[in-house]
Amino acid sequence: MLDLSKYQSIGQALNDALDQFADEVCLIEADREREKERLTYRDFKERAHPLARGLQDAGFAAGDRASIIMTNQSKWLISAYAIFFAGGTLVPLDYKLTPDEQWQLLKHSGASVLVTEYPIWRQLGASAERAAAANVRMVLVTEAPTNADLAATRRWEEFRGAGEPVFVPRTRKDTACIVYSSGTGGRPKGCMMTHENYLEQCLALSAIYPFSPGVRYLSILPTNHAIDFMVGFFRPFISGAAVVHLRTLRPEYVRAAFPKYKITHASLVPLVLKNLQIGLQAKFDALPPGKRKIFNALLALNKAVTKRRPRRGISRLLFKQVHDAFGGELCAMLVGGAFTKPETLQFFYDLGIPVLNGYGLTEAVVAIAVSEVKRFRADSVGKPLPGIEVRIANPAADGVGEVCVRSKTVMSGYLNDPELTAESIVDGWLMTGDLGRLDSAGHLQLTGRKKNMIVTPEGMNIYPEDIETVFESLPVKEFCVFAANYIWPKRSMVGEQLVLVVHLEPGQKCSEELRRDIYARNNRLLNYKRILGVILLDEDFPRTASLKIKRNVLAERLARLDSSAAILPL
Amino acid sequence: MRTQQQTTQEVLDLAAKHFNVPAESLAPEDDFFKKLGIDSLQTLEMLSRLENHFGIELPDYEVQGVSDFKTLAERIQSRL
Repeated sequence: MLDLSKYQSIGQALNDALDQFADEVCLIEADREREKERLTYRDFKERAHPLARGLQDAGFAAGDRASIIMTNQSKWLISAYAIFFAGGTLVPLDYKLTPDEQWQLLKHSGASVLVTEYPIWRQLGASAERAAAANVRMVLVTEAPTNADLAATRRWEEFRGAGEPVFVPRTRKDTACIVYSSGTGGRPKGCMMTHENYLEQCLALSAIYPFSPGVRYLSILPTNHAIDFMVGFFRPFISGAAVVHLRTLRPEYVRAAFPKYKITHASLVPLVLKNLQIGLQAKFDALPPGKRKIFNALLALNKAVTKRRPRRGISRLLFKQVHDAFGGELCAMLVGGAFTKPETLQFFYDLGIPVLNGYGLTEAVVAIAVSEVKRFRADSVGKPLPGIEVRIANPAADGVGEVCVRSKTVMSGYLNDPELTAESIVDGWLMTGDLGRLDSAGHLQLTGRKKNMIVTPEGMNIYPEDIETVFESLPVKEFCVFAANYIWPKRSMVGEQLVLVVHLEPGQKCSEELRRDIYARNNRLLNYKRILGVILLDEDFPRTASLKIKRNVLAERLARLDSSAAILPL
Repeated sequence: MRTQQQTTQEVLDLAAKHFNVPAESLAPEDDFFKKLGIDSLQTLEMLSRLENHFGIELPDYEVQGVSDFKTLAERIQSRL
């Protein structure tokens, strides 16, 4: 791995990595079962430098902003590197946003260049919001059919400058990326991330989970996602590792990619991890009684021998088929982006499959804390990473307060919004809006969001996420717990209650049996933690591109309901 | 060559079979996320079944933003 302390910018580090690891494979692009492309670091450079030169020939200069709206593929990374090489600021946008939303953010970002894919461009071009983003002067479109009418846009594949581009140096304090953490519905929150933010984040992660040539990282999250940008692009590249890009999230191809490419590392969101768990559990359940008995015995044995620490060799022997299904060389899967149920983490740990539970937020690049491999705990997101300070502001009697972060990974601020920046970064501390506690071992335990909470008459703070686990495996499509006052705000600190929002399976009724199930589970909670009602919602919960529930959007939808009629008392 | 109507009906039949719901309960204009109560990963699984049935490939981007059977069937029809 490069010594990042010597570098000033992402572009400078990547540029050196391309030379240092020239003969190593850096990128494999797979579409379903087909391998479409395999590039060495040398190949990558040969693709990217003419693009960087083309940008420079078109007048793109230091500090200019270029946006990428693409699915998970190699041209995303090649374009990003070219932008950094030319001294630009990258604006990665979510390709799953609507075209109108994308134009709104393009306008807000001030991007002068847009790199996108043809299918996305077709939708963008048809949007009425396009005219509003006059700042976008040049559009590069990838994979356009030969007969496509591209009007004033340029084909990415043909946009090449002659001769070597000139590397444009940037300083650590310059903005490397503008990343939108939210705000498509109103106030855009464009996090200005510096080169230093990324270099320091990479150092912090590498200190405990180093990458090196030989690592094969499976990238299934879009690279605009903060996790994939760091863990599936920058970090493996400066380490000489290989990234396997899968251009589809289809579960059967995700599963197949692990053994095919002998994946050593991957990052997942909880929904995907849960999908893997369901698939495995279904296979275990289908075992004939005799084999099931043996499996249970092996599981008990593995639990016993891994009680204090993981023993990968033993676990691989005991569950060879399971480990072979993951390629047999899996070192770790990082799960983040949303709250992962301890039961799910425990499920994989008990099989000897290491899942690292991470916590972070866009405003601090991506990761603040990551759980440890050697001492597994399902109830924590681990200790803060090296170089990252965490303190709990205004802790209650139980130690829970707002999680605050101070480190070189914290953004410089929100673009064009000094007021919001001042609210979010106070005396150098990033106020995360998340609530948690640091236990005696220094582990960070998250308990909920700042605003989505209730205070009981007894003065107990109850966080919906804290009690959701009791409803896990409830036989419904999906569910979520809210503080009712988060959905329907009221100027009162008394009479707050928790509600369970349930989305039933198609054709499912809210039967007496289901009500009894909810009632029984609820009664397992301490009395002051119990939900007081159920809301039935006949629509999918809104989710982000990384598939986590958009709680605030869901709350906005629920707010349209009449609370007195919507909440069915238990 | 199938007609659009035939393709739509086959999409509905296959979805009903895959998710174990009565075929007559599904209509072309239905939002399949809502009607079938499926998440995005389950939708992708359904797409794979449809591809196998029709002998086509439907790139993920082709169905980005599609949520009703009718539009889905149109996308399939355009690739037959």
